[in-house]
Amino acid sequence: MAKSIKVRAKVKSGVATIKCLINHPMETGIRKDKKTGKLIPAKFIQEVACEHGGKSVLNAQWGGAVSKNPFLSFKFSGAKSGDTIKISWVDNKGESDATEAKIK
Amino acid sequence: MNNNRRILLKGTLAAGAAGMAISAGLLTPKAVMAAWPKAAFEAKDVDSALKAALGSASASDSSKIKLKAPDIAENGAVVPITVTSSISGTESISILVPKNGMPMTANFNLGANTEGYISTRIKMGKTSDVVVVVKAGGKLFSTKKQVKVTIGGCGG
Repeated sequence: MAKSIKVRAKVKSGVATIKCLINHPMETGIRKDKKTGKLIPAKFIQEVACEHGGKSVLNAQWGGAVSKNPFLSFKFSGAKSGDTIKISWVDNKGESDATEAKIK
Repeated sequence: MNNNRRILLKGTLAAGAAGMAISAGLLTPKAVMAAWPKAAFEAKDVDSALKAALGSASASDSSKIKLKAPDIAENGAVVPITVTSSISGTESISILVPKNGMPMTANFNLGANTEGYISTRIKMGKTSDVVVVVKAGGKLFSTKKQVKVTIGGCGG
Protein backbone atom coordinates (compact mmCIF):
# COMPACT_ATOMS: atom_id res chain seq x y z
CA MET A 1 0.00 0.00 0.00
CA ALA A 2 2.03 2.80 -1.21
CA LYS A 3 1.21 6.47 -0.98
CA SER A 4 -1.42 6.06 1.67
CA ILE A 5 -0.19 9.04 3.65
CA LYS A 6 -0.71 12.68 2.73
CA VAL A 7 1.30 15.17 4.72
CA ARG A 8 1.26 18.94 5.06
CA ALA A 9 4.01 20.36 7.22
CA LYS A 10 4.47 24.05 7.89
CA VAL A 11 6.80 25.90 10.19
CA LYS A 12 6.01 29.21 11.87
CA SER A 13 8.49 30.83 14.28
CA GLY A 14 10.23 27.55 15.06
CA VAL A 15 7.08 25.53 15.67
CA ALA A 16 6.15 23.02 13.01
CA THR A 17 2.54 22.05 12.49
CA ILE A 18 2.08 18.69 10.87
CA LYS A 19 -1.19 17.57 9.40
CA CYS A 20 -1.60 14.17 7.87
CA LEU A 21 -4.32 12.10 6.31
CA ILE A 22 -3.93 8.35 6.05
CA ASN A 23 -5.97 6.25 3.66
CA HIS A 24 -7.12 3.28 5.70
CA PRO A 25 -10.44 1.46 6.26
CA MET A 26 -10.10 1.32 10.07
CA GLU A 27 -12.47 -1.63 10.56
CA THR A 28 -13.17 -2.29 14.23
CA GLY A 29 -13.97 -5.96 13.82
CA ILE A 30 -17.37 -5.56 15.49
CA ARG A 31 -19.25 -4.23 12.45
CA LYS A 32 -21.41 -6.54 10.37
CA ASP A 33 -21.64 -6.73 6.62
CA LYS A 34 -25.20 -5.65 5.81
CA LYS A 35 -25.61 -8.15 2.96
CA THR A 36 -24.16 -11.31 4.45
CA GLY A 37 -24.63 -10.61 8.17
CA LYS A 38 -21.07 -11.70 8.81
CA LEU A 39 -18.59 -9.77 10.88
CA ILE A 40 -16.13 -7.71 8.89
CA PRO A 41 -12.66 -8.67 10.14
CA ALA A 42 -10.78 -6.03 12.10
CA LYS A 43 -8.26 -3.99 10.19
CA PHE A 44 -7.07 -0.85 11.86
CA ILE A 45 -3.87 1.09 12.35
CA GLN A 46 -2.23 0.27 15.64
CA GLU A 47 0.83 2.46 15.64
CA VAL A 48 1.78 5.72 13.99
CA ALA A 49 5.23 7.20 14.37
CA CYS A 50 6.76 10.49 13.32
CA GLU A 51 10.44 11.22 13.27
CA HIS A 52 12.27 14.49 12.79
CA GLY A 53 16.06 14.53 12.48
CA GLY A 54 16.32 10.93 13.70
CA LYS A 55 14.36 11.68 16.87
CA SER A 56 10.87 10.47 17.58
CA VAL A 57 8.45 13.38 17.94
CA LEU A 58 5.26 11.39 18.14
CA ASN A 59 4.44 7.77 18.74
CA ALA A 60 0.73 7.03 18.72
CA GLN A 61 -1.12 3.85 19.54
CA TRP A 62 -4.59 3.64 18.08
CA GLY A 63 -7.57 1.40 18.60
CA GLY A 64 -10.39 0.65 16.19
CA ALA A 65 -12.31 3.72 17.36
CA VAL A 66 -10.25 6.15 15.33
CA SER A 67 -12.23 7.27 12.27
CA LYS A 68 -11.87 5.79 8.81
CA ASN A 69 -9.17 7.52 6.76
CA PRO A 70 -7.70 9.01 9.93
CA PHE A 71 -6.66 12.61 10.25
CA LEU A 72 -3.91 13.57 12.66
CA SER A 73 -2.40 16.91 13.49
CA PHE A 74 0.32 17.80 15.98
CA LYS A 75 2.98 20.44 16.62
CA PHE A 76 6.61 20.35 17.64
CA SER A 77 9.32 22.93 18.15
CA GLY A 78 12.92 23.02 16.93
CA ALA A 79 12.10 22.60 13.25
CA LYS A 80 13.11 24.74 10.33
CA SER A 81 11.99 25.09 6.78
CA GLY A 82 13.44 22.40 4.52
CA ASP A 83 13.71 19.78 7.27
CA THR A 84 12.46 16.31 6.50
CA ILE A 85 9.97 14.45 8.62
CA LYS A 86 9.16 10.79 8.36
CA ILE A 87 5.75 9.35 9.14
CA SER A 88 4.95 5.65 9.27
CA TRP A 89 2.11 3.40 10.35
CA VAL A 90 1.52 -0.29 11.06
CA ASP A 91 -1.88 -1.97 11.23
CA ASN A 92 -3.06 -5.11 13.03
CA LYS A 93 -2.55 -7.22 9.88
CA GLY A 94 1.10 -6.28 9.76
CA GLU A 95 0.72 -3.96 6.79
CA SER A 96 2.65 -0.75 6.95
CA ASP A 97 3.56 2.33 5.02
CA ALA A 98 5.96 5.21 5.47
CA THR A 99 6.48 8.52 3.82
CA GLU A 100 8.80 11.47 4.01
CA ALA A 101 7.83 15.10 3.68
CA LYS A 102 9.64 18.41 3.64
CA ILE A 103 8.58 21.09 6.07
CA LYS A 104 7.58 24.27 4.27
CA MET B 1 16.81 -9.26 7.31
CA ASN B 2 16.32 -11.91 4.64
CA ASN B 3 13.07 -12.93 2.99
CA ASN B 4 12.57 -16.22 4.82
CA ARG B 5 12.85 -14.50 8.09
CA ARG B 6 10.25 -11.97 7.05
CA ILE B 7 7.80 -14.67 6.03
CA LEU B 8 8.39 -16.40 9.32
CA LEU B 9 7.59 -13.19 11.14
CA LYS B 10 4.35 -12.77 9.28
CA GLY B 11 3.48 -16.33 10.26
CA THR B 12 4.03 -15.58 13.91
CA LEU B 13 1.83 -12.56 13.54
CA ALA B 14 -1.15 -14.67 12.64
CA ALA B 15 -0.33 -17.20 15.33
CA GLY B 16 -0.65 -15.12 18.43
CA ALA B 17 -0.73 -11.88 20.26
CA ALA B 18 2.77 -12.18 21.67
CA GLY B 19 4.16 -12.69 18.19
CA MET B 20 2.08 -9.79 17.01
CA ALA B 21 3.71 -7.36 19.40
CA ILE B 22 7.21 -8.49 18.47
CA SER B 23 6.77 -8.56 14.72
CA ALA B 24 4.95 -5.23 14.68
CA GLY B 25 8.13 -3.76 16.13
CA LEU B 26 10.43 -5.54 13.69
CA LEU B 27 8.43 -4.89 10.57
CA THR B 28 8.51 -1.16 11.07
CA PRO B 29 11.51 0.27 9.33
CA LYS B 30 13.78 2.40 11.48
CA ALA B 31 11.06 3.62 13.78
CA VAL B 32 11.39 2.99 17.48
CA MET B 33 8.03 1.75 18.59
CA ALA B 34 6.62 0.51 21.82
CA ALA B 35 4.57 -2.66 21.72
CA TRP B 36 0.91 -2.01 21.12
CA PRO B 37 -0.84 -2.28 24.50
CA LYS B 38 -3.46 -4.88 23.63
CA ALA B 39 -4.85 -5.08 27.16
CA ALA B 40 -5.49 -1.33 27.24
CA PHE B 41 -7.37 -1.28 23.95
CA GLU B 42 -9.44 -4.36 24.75
CA ALA B 43 -10.41 -3.23 28.24
CA LYS B 44 -14.15 -2.77 28.64
CA ASP B 45 -14.09 0.10 31.15
CA VAL B 46 -12.11 3.30 31.55
CA ASP B 47 -10.30 2.41 34.78
CA SER B 48 -8.83 -0.85 33.57
CA ALA B 49 -7.92 0.72 30.22
CA LEU B 50 -6.03 3.48 31.99
CA LYS B 51 -4.30 1.04 34.33
CA ALA B 52 -3.14 -1.06 31.40
CA ALA B 53 -1.96 1.90 29.33
CA LEU B 54 -0.58 4.33 31.89
CA GLY B 55 -0.14 2.25 35.03
CA SER B 56 -2.69 4.12 37.10
CA ALA B 57 -6.33 5.13 36.94
CA SER B 58 -6.28 8.02 39.40
CA ALA B 59 -6.32 11.20 37.35
CA SER B 60 -7.02 14.63 38.81
CA ASP B 61 -9.13 17.15 36.93
CA SER B 62 -7.14 19.93 35.34
CA SER B 63 -8.23 23.15 33.73
CA LYS B 64 -4.94 23.28 31.85
CA ILE B 65 -6.19 20.75 29.34
CA LYS B 66 -8.44 22.15 26.68
CA LEU B 67 -10.65 19.68 24.86
CA LYS B 68 -12.36 20.90 21.75
CA ALA B 69 -15.14 18.64 20.56
CA PRO B 70 -18.55 19.34 19.05
CA ASP B 71 -21.56 19.61 21.42
CA ILE B 72 -23.58 17.60 18.97
CA ALA B 73 -22.06 15.24 16.44
CA GLU B 74 -24.42 14.39 13.64
CA ASN B 75 -22.24 11.57 12.42
CA GLY B 76 -20.77 9.42 15.16
CA ALA B 77 -18.28 7.91 12.71
CA VAL B 78 -16.36 11.17 12.41
CA VAL B 79 -16.10 13.25 15.57
CA PRO B 80 -13.31 15.81 15.40
CA ILE B 81 -11.34 16.09 18.65
CA THR B 82 -8.66 18.66 19.44
CA VAL B 83 -6.68 18.50 22.66
CA THR B 84 -4.38 21.25 23.88
CA SER B 85 -2.45 20.67 27.09
CA SER B 86 -0.54 23.55 28.65
CA ILE B 87 0.80 21.38 31.46
CA SER B 88 4.59 21.56 31.24
CA GLY B 89 6.30 18.28 30.51
CA THR B 90 3.30 16.64 28.91
CA GLU B 91 4.45 13.11 28.07
CA SER B 92 1.37 11.51 26.67
CA ILE B 93 -2.20 12.27 25.69
CA SER B 94 -4.88 9.57 25.73
CA ILE B 95 -8.39 9.83 24.34
CA LEU B 96 -11.12 7.61 25.74
CA VAL B 97 -14.83 7.27 25.06
CA PRO B 98 -16.38 5.57 28.14
CA LYS B 99 -19.55 4.43 26.36
CA ASN B 100 -17.84 2.81 23.41
CA GLY B 101 -17.49 -0.96 23.73
CA MET B 102 -13.76 -0.54 24.09
CA PRO B 103 -13.20 2.90 25.64
CA MET B 104 -9.49 3.35 24.81
CA THR B 105 -9.44 5.14 21.48
CA ALA B 106 -5.96 6.51 21.02
CA ASN B 107 -2.82 7.11 22.97
CA PHE B 108 -0.17 9.59 21.83
CA ASN B 109 3.35 9.54 23.26
CA LEU B 110 4.98 12.89 22.71
CA GLY B 111 8.67 13.50 22.11
CA ALA B 112 10.69 16.03 24.10
CA ASN B 113 10.08 18.88 21.65
CA THR B 114 6.50 18.02 20.84
CA GLU B 115 3.88 20.46 22.03
CA GLY B 116 0.85 19.33 23.98
CA TYR B 117 -1.40 19.50 20.98
CA ILE B 118 -3.22 16.72 19.16
CA SER B 119 -6.04 16.91 16.67
CA THR B 120 -7.73 13.86 15.25
CA ARG B 121 -11.09 12.29 14.42
CA ILE B 122 -12.72 9.45 16.32
CA LYS B 123 -15.77 7.20 16.19
CA MET B 124 -18.51 7.28 18.83
CA GLY B 125 -21.27 4.69 19.09
CA LYS B 126 -23.66 6.86 21.10
CA THR B 127 -23.87 10.00 23.21
CA SER B 128 -21.02 9.89 25.70
CA ASP B 129 -18.39 11.89 27.47
CA VAL B 130 -15.04 12.15 25.75
CA VAL B 131 -12.30 11.78 28.35
CA VAL B 132 -8.79 13.04 27.78
CA VAL B 133 -6.01 11.94 30.10
CA VAL B 134 -2.66 13.71 30.05
CA LYS B 135 0.43 12.26 31.66
CA ALA B 136 2.94 14.82 32.88
CA GLY B 137 5.76 14.33 35.36
CA GLY B 138 4.47 10.88 36.28
CA LYS B 139 1.02 12.21 37.23
CA LEU B 140 -2.26 11.93 35.41
CA PHE B 141 -4.57 14.81 34.65
CA SER B 142 -7.88 14.61 32.93
CA THR B 143 -10.73 16.57 31.48
CA LYS B 144 -13.94 15.55 29.77
CA LYS B 145 -16.72 16.86 27.60
CA GLN B 146 -20.04 15.39 26.61
CA VAL B 147 -20.71 14.90 22.92
CA LYS B 148 -24.25 14.15 21.82
CA VAL B 149 -24.41 11.75 18.94
CA THR B 150 -27.56 11.92 16.87
CA ILE B 151 -28.40 8.81 14.94
CA GLY B 152 -30.74 8.90 11.97
CA GLY B 153 -30.00 12.50 11.14
CA CYS B 154 -33.22 13.96 12.65
CA GLY B 155 -31.44 15.99 15.29
CA GLY B 156 -31.65 14.84 18.90
